[in-house]
Amino acid sequence: RSFVDGKHPSCDSSFFGRREFSFTLENDIYLRYMSFRDASEFEATVCEKRPQKIDIGAVYSVDPAKRLAYASVSNDRVFAPVEKELVFDVDMTDYDDIRNCCSGADICLKCWPLMTIAIKVVDSTLREDFGFDHILWVYSGRRGVHCWVCDARARKLTNEQRASIADYFRVYKGNENNNRKVSLPTHLHPFLARTYSQFLSRYFDEEILIKQSLLHPQENADKVLKLVSGQGMSMQYMSSAYSELPVQLEEKKRNNRLLPDEINRQRWADLQRKLMQKRGIQVELVFTYTYPRLDLEVTKKMNHLLKAPFCIHPKTGRVCVPIDPEDCDNFDPTTVPTLPEVLVFRLKHVNSSFSSVSSCSMI
Amino acid sequence: MAFRSIGAGGRAEDGGEDSRGGGAGAGKLSFYEAAPDEEISLEDFEEYALDRLRVLKEIEEARSRGKKMEEMDPLVSDLWRKHMGSDSSKKDVISHFILRLAYCRTEDLRRWFLGIESVLFRHRFRCEMPAAQQKLMDDCNLPYKAMTSAEIEAVKENLESVARSTNQVSNSKMYYKVPFEDVPELVSGRKVYLRRGEAFVPREQLSFLVVGQFRSRLSKALVLTNRKWISFIAGEEKDRLAPMVEALSTRYLGPDYTQPKSSNEIALQDLDQLAKASFPLCMRSLFFQLRDDHHLRHGGRQQLGLFLKLEDALAFWRAEFSRKVGVEKFDKEYAYNVRHNYGKEGKRTDYTPYSCVKLIMSTPGVGDHHGCPYRHFSEDKLRASLGGLGLNSRQVSSALEKTRSQHYQLACAEVFEAVHGCSSDGINHPNQYFEQSRALLQQPKVKQMCSFSFNDTVEFFSQEEPASGGENNNNDANEEKTTLMIS
Repeated sequence: RSFVDGKHPSCDSSFFGRREFSFTLENDIYLRYMSFRDASEFEATVCEKRPQKIDIGAVYSVDPAKRLAYASVSNDRVFAPVEKELVFDVDMTDYDDIRNCCSGADICLKCWPLMTIAIKVVDSTLREDFGFDHILWVYSGRRGVHCWVCDARARKLTNEQRASIADYFRVYKGNENNNRKVSLPTHLHPFLARTYSQFLSRYFDEEILIKQSLLHPQENADKVLKLVSGQGMSMQYMSSAYSELPVQLEEKKRNNRLLPDEINRQRWADLQRKLMQKRGIQVELVFTYTYPRLDLEVTKKMNHLLKAPFCIHPKTGRVCVPIDPEDCDNFDPTTVPTLPEVLVFRLKHVNSSFSSVSSCSMI
Repeated sequence: MAFRSIGAGGRAEDGGEDSRGGGAGAGKLSFYEAAPDEEISLEDFEEYALDRLRVLKEIEEARSRGKKMEEMDPLVSDLWRKHMGSDSSKKDVISHFILRLAYCRTEDLRRWFLGIESVLFRHRFRCEMPAAQQKLMDDCNLPYKAMTSAEIEAVKENLESVARSTNQVSNSKMYYKVPFEDVPELVSGRKVYLRRGEAFVPREQLSFLVVGQFRSRLSKALVLTNRKWISFIAGEEKDRLAPMVEALSTRYLGPDYTQPKSSNEIALQDLDQLAKASFPLCMRSLFFQLRDDHHLRHGGRQQLGLFLKLEDALAFWRAEFSRKVGVEKFDKEYAYNVRHNYGKEGKRTDYTPYSCVKLIMSTPGVGDHHGCPYRHFSEDKLRASLGGLGLNSRQVSSALEKTRSQHYQLACAEVFEAVHGCSSDGINHPNQYFEQSRALLQQPKVKQMCSFSFNDTVEFFSQEEPASGGENNNNDANEEKTTLMIS
């Protein structure tokens, strides 16, 4: 039987059986290389083991649960991944150095726009540059989003090809020991130029600058200036006009009616003026504060497992719901349903099949 | 000795066309489709293999210093001429097949060989005459369509944009439409324009496609060779060829750090002192970061964990991490990883500690502290770290100078010399730095010729003059050394 013949997976009756799942049980017991004959065996095992987390892996050459039966001298050829969706993981903690509102596992509506930008940039590039069509975006349940590209062409990519796609997206190069995070050539590749003009510039001006209050108060502004100075612009020069405001705003300030938003906008306009001669720096700044930061390791390897869509996140109880990339500006992670809410909803609205819920003893 | 019985991969059924590399009179560059049909002496067998290995190692070294494509082309030509001679197709083909035998036996070896032979092929291809290039391309039957001038006109701006962004001149009139899967290097470096899954590749960059073909053929051939080796050859040639072939791959990848030598195991209580005196900067900064923060992210744990062959690694990591996350959480979330690294879980591979090249090529991100400091630290941070090692400003400048010209390993060797008062035998691996340091510091007499009883493989990858004793700077170094031990 051949499984690299271009047919739809449903035509191949062995396809589901060769998919790897992993369960994380209570007490953090981790079970890998699980596989199932069909959906009912899967359901039965879930009910029996009650995993807190279910991850999906690759489709292998033989059923993962039976891999040891095929072990032989050169066993790296016999049990191997054959197909896997192309996946991406965007995690809010990778943006901690530029968030002023939260850090770590917390998220709020002020920093969520960073995820919106990531979705828009990655989604449009996967379609326009790479030609993929079947893309699913999922809320990870706590502080990020996952992307599953399900086209047959994507599923058949090798690790090297996945790595090349991940690198295509890679811009941010900062680490703990080096401040200079983004370094772009003077002339941008069409993909980056399009990303800047279609998404980054707009989201910076309208969302990030204001919601993160990047340039007010002074300590926030200093963080930004620090990034920019040292490239031929001194801190003093950059912040010199900060105590001066145009006449209209001065008036407001005197009457204590000056809003932070206006201050931010004013300072940004001022900064852009100062950076006019060095437009490259302005572009790098915008990239630093908006461009998607992907966890490249997740994308690069076929054998990487990723949390299943529609799972319940063990720490937050939220359902990992899909996100519509066309409408992701309106997605609100703080209103995503939690498991108790789902159960209450079922109790209220679904009369029959309640017995199957209680038999799994989920309550 | 005839090659016939060890023929690896396919034979040329159409009988030795020029570019197939079947024997004398063949074109210079080939895909090594057919095993050579020659008799050679055992001495030549070894010499040819070693010469080719020298070329490959120097290419690897140059890449780790971040040399660009254009710089590599003449370098590879020179290397080839120097080690392989100018009328070399026989030696070329034979040495390639010998190394296939040596490097087919494990996945790591295959991956290394595939990667480096592809680089070699790419640069040799780029230096070929257009006619020879065309012939090779024709032989691959590249299925790519040339774009019509109307199609090119439609995307002209974008094509020019890409060229400008990579500092290429865009005077190409010929472009080919290629699926992006076939040009991963161009995609990776954003060096090509993509639209709906198609890459628009200018003629000058077709080498990537040919190299892609070369890679995939060699990859398949290596797997095939491995199977043949296992099933017949190891038996037949067990006493004659097998030892030589096996020695080739382990001797020349440097000292083998997968086998934990008991003399290398470190006692927990000695760690701090050892770290200060003998760790290379990459491991030292990770170690002290761990001590300060009681935490390291995955990349850092991998890099440091594989470097340290501890009697009880689990106890070490648990002691550090539990200060921040608690013993329970450590046992739940990190213990598995530590045990995995030491081959006690999962695949049960005892992972090899990372070499310098691997560290230099790694990509530390937000929250990470790993990689090679000479590559990944900002200059300020590096200056501060080197100062912390006790280097004076002249020594710091000298090291920084090397870093700026991307000679990261040479910078590390400079630092080794400054710290120990004696030059090293070249730094290619953090564990090598550590071993050389221990060997030096444990010698009873301080003023000694600094030569090491490393096995004689070192000469094959060290580019430096052999150490001729540090008589002149030993006095200063003594001072510094004593200070180090005390601090």
